[in-house]
Amino acid sequence: MSEFANPPASGDGDSGFGPSVRRIVASLTDSDWRRLGGCMFAAVLVALMTGTSGNAQHLTAGVTGSLFRPRIVFFLLIGLALWAVMTAWTRYRDDIRDGLAPARKVQAEVTGNRWVQYGGFVAVLLLAILIPPQLSVFWQQVLVSQIGVFVLLTIGLNVVVGFAGLLDLGYIAFYAIGAYTAAYFTGYPDNKRGHISPLPVHPPFHVNPFFVFPLAVIACLIAGLLLGAPTLRLRGDYLAIVTLGFGEIVRIVINNSESVTNGPRGAFGIPHFSIDVWKLKYHWTLDLMPYWYLLVAIIAIVFVLFRQLENSRVGRAWTAIREDEVAAAATGIPTLKYKLMAFAIGASTSGLAGVIFASEVGFVAPDNFVLINSLLVLVYVIFGGMGSLPGAVAGASFLIWLPNKLRDLVAPQDRFIYFGALLVVMMIFRPQGVFPSRRRAREIGLAEAGSGGADAMAAPGGAL
Amino acid sequence: MTAPPVEEIDAVSGVDDPVVQVSHLTLRFGGVTSLSDVSLAVARGEILAVIGPNGAGKTSLFNCLTGVYVGEKGTISFLPRPGEQVPLAGRKPHRITQLGLARTFQNIRLFNALTAIENVKIGVESRQRTGPIGAMLRLPRTRREDRASDARASELLEFVGLRAQANRLAAALSYGEQRRLEIARALATQPALLLLDEPAAGTNPAEKADLERLIRRINTEMGLSVLLIEHDMRLVMSVAARVAVLNFGKLIAAGTPAEVQRNPAVIEAYLGAADPEEGESDAAPG
Repeated sequence: MSEFANPPASGDGDSGFGPSVRRIVASLTDSDWRRLGGCMFAAVLVALMTGTSGNAQHLTAGVTGSLFRPRIVFFLLIGLALWAVMTAWTRYRDDIRDGLAPARKVQAEVTGNRWVQYGGFVAVLLLAILIPPQLSVFWQQVLVSQIGVFVLLTIGLNVVVGFAGLLDLGYIAFYAIGAYTAAYFTGYPDNKRGHISPLPVHPPFHVNPFFVFPLAVIACLIAGLLLGAPTLRLRGDYLAIVTLGFGEIVRIVINNSESVTNGPRGAFGIPHFSIDVWKLKYHWTLDLMPYWYLLVAIIAIVFVLFRQLENSRVGRAWTAIREDEVAAAATGIPTLKYKLMAFAIGASTSGLAGVIFASEVGFVAPDNFVLINSLLVLVYVIFGGMGSLPGAVAGASFLIWLPNKLRDLVAPQDRFIYFGALLVVMMIFRPQGVFPSRRRAREIGLAEAGSGGADAMAAPGGAL
Repeated sequence: MTAPPVEEIDAVSGVDDPVVQVSHLTLRFGGVTSLSDVSLAVARGEILAVIGPNGAGKTSLFNCLTGVYVGEKGTISFLPRPGEQVPLAGRKPHRITQLGLARTFQNIRLFNALTAIENVKIGVESRQRTGPIGAMLRLPRTRREDRASDARASELLEFVGLRAQANRLAAALSYGEQRRLEIARALATQPALLLLDEPAAGTNPAEKADLERLIRRINTEMGLSVLLIEHDMRLVMSVAARVAVLNFGKLIAAGTPAEVQRNPAVIEAYLGAADPEEGESDAAPG
C-alpha cells in the first residue's frame, strides 16, 4: 500500500524529503502503527456508511459503489490526516500543554471572572432575542418546540444528575405530567356553551393556560416526591433502573387510560397562553416568536436561580453527597432530604417545559414521552458537561441543531449515525463535556489520577 | 485465646458526668461477633482512648456510636448537656451529627473536588437553615448565613493551621493536612464529643507532634470531649486521660494509661494476637 510513503506528506514536505521520511518512519512505535491501522479501518467504515446503499438487484452495490470510487481516496486521506494529528499529539502532548499553560491560566482567570460571566450571559440572551426573528419558519419551529423546551428539560435534569449525582432515566415522565396537567386544567367544568376540553375528564375549575404553570409545578413536585421517597435510598444503577421503570409506567398508564387521557389519540385543543389581568392583556397565537421569548425568559430566570442554588449551602451539600455519601451524612447533611429536594426541583422544571410544549403545539400524546426522550435529555446533560448550566444550554442546543441541520446534508435516515458517532468520539476524548463545571472537571481529573489520598495511605505502614 | 479471668470489666465506673454512655452493646454480622457486651462512658471534658489490635472492634464501636451500624443489644445514650439524655441507637448518622457527635474516618473521607474551605463550610452549614428557595433567591438570611459560614470556616482552618491552604483542593493537600482538614470539618458541626478514628495513621513524626498538640487544644481551648482510636501508643499515652482496651470485641481492660500498660491481659492481647507490623513495637510499653 502506498500509505507507507504518505505520513510525512501530511506532516512536513520541505527539503530533504527522502531522509526525513525515513527518519519519521523509523521513529514510529508499534502503537503508532496500530493507530494507523485503526484510522484506515475507520476511514473505510465511514466510506461504506456514507456511500450508496445496496439494493435487491445488486447486493454488492453498496460495497462496490462506496469503495471502488475516487471517494475512497478522499476518506483514506482524511484518516491519514487524523492519524498524523493523533500521533503528533501523543508525542508532543506535554510540550503542547506546557506551551499552552500561560494561555490556559489567562483563560481560567477570564472565564472565572464574575463580570465576564455576567457579560457572557447578557450576550447570549441578546443573541437569543435578536437572531431568531431573522430565521426561517423551519428553524423558528425547531427553536420553540424542540430547542427551547429541551433546554429547559436539560437544565432541570442537570440539577438531578449533575448537581446531586442521581441517575434518572425516567425524567421525561415529569414532562408528561406537566403537559397533561396543562391539558386537564385548561379544560372546562362542563361541555355546555360549546366549551371543548382537551381531555374527556373535566377539571373542577377552568384555568387559563398561563396560570397552569404553578399547578404543573406542584403536580410534578408531588410526583417527584412520591417517586423519590421510596427509591432515593437506592444508589447509582439501581436508582437508574427504578426511574426507567417509572418513566415507562407513566407513559403506559397515559396510553391505556383511554377514558381519562384519550389514550394514544392524546389530548388536543389545548389553548394558547393568554394573559388577561386587569390592564395587562396579551394573547399568544400561532405566531412562534412570542412563544420563543416566553421560553427565553423562563430559561433565563431558571438559569439564574439554579446558578445561585449551585453556589449555596444546598449546592455544596449536593456536591458532598455526590462525592461521598457516608462522609456527607457524618457531616450532618440529611442525605435523603437533599436528594429528594434535587429530584423535586428537577421534576418541577420539567413541568414548566411540559406546560409550554402543550400550549404551543396544542396537542400532546404518549408518543411525546417515549424512553428515548429521557435518554436524549441525559445525553444533552452529559455532552454539555454534567453540573454545568452553560453546558446544559449549549449541549441541548447543539445536539438538537445537529440532526436538523444534517437533514439537508446527508441521507435523512443516516442522521443519527452521525449523531451517535459524535457522542462516541466526544466521550472518548472529552468525557467531562463541552463546558464542564469546575467541580465536575476536578472530579474527573482526580479519578484519572487515581485520587491522591489513596496512594498516601499505602505508603507509611512500618513508619510508626 | 486464653481469656483473662476477669469478672466484669467496663469503662463506666468512676465517670460521674458522662457525655456518652454505652451499656452492654453487642453487634453481630451474621455469625461474627464484632462487639460483645461493651460498656463504656466518656466523661465530659475528658480524652478517652480506645486501643486494641486490628479487628478488635474499635471502628465498629465508632460506627455504632455514629449510627452507621445499629447494635443488636445494648443502649447508647448521649448527653450533649448535663442532664439532657438522648438515646442514639437507631438514629440516622446525620441526626447524630446534629445532636453533637462528630467523627473523622480511618481512611480519610474528604470531599476531594472541593477546596479546603468549602469542606469546612459544609460542616458549618449543617447547622444553618437556608432552604432551596432562600438559596435560589439569595434572600438576606442566605447572605448572612453564607458570610457567617465563611467566617467560621476560616477560623477553624486557622485553628488547625490550614489557613494558607484555604483555597486549595482537598485532594491536593498533604496527608497530614488532610487529616487536620477532616478534624476541622468535624469541628465545624459544633460537636460536644469528637470521635477521632486513628488520626495519626500514616503521618510522620512532625505531623504526629502537631496532631498531639491539636487534640489537646481541642480538648482544652474548645472544651470538647474526645474519643480517640489510635494505634500509636506514644500519642495515646500522652494525650489520653483514660484508656479502654478492646480485643475480639470485648473490653479487656480500662483505666489510666499507666494502669493499662501494666495490665497482663493487655500485654497478652498485643503480643499474642497483634500482627507483627503494628502491634509489637507499639504495645511493648516500656
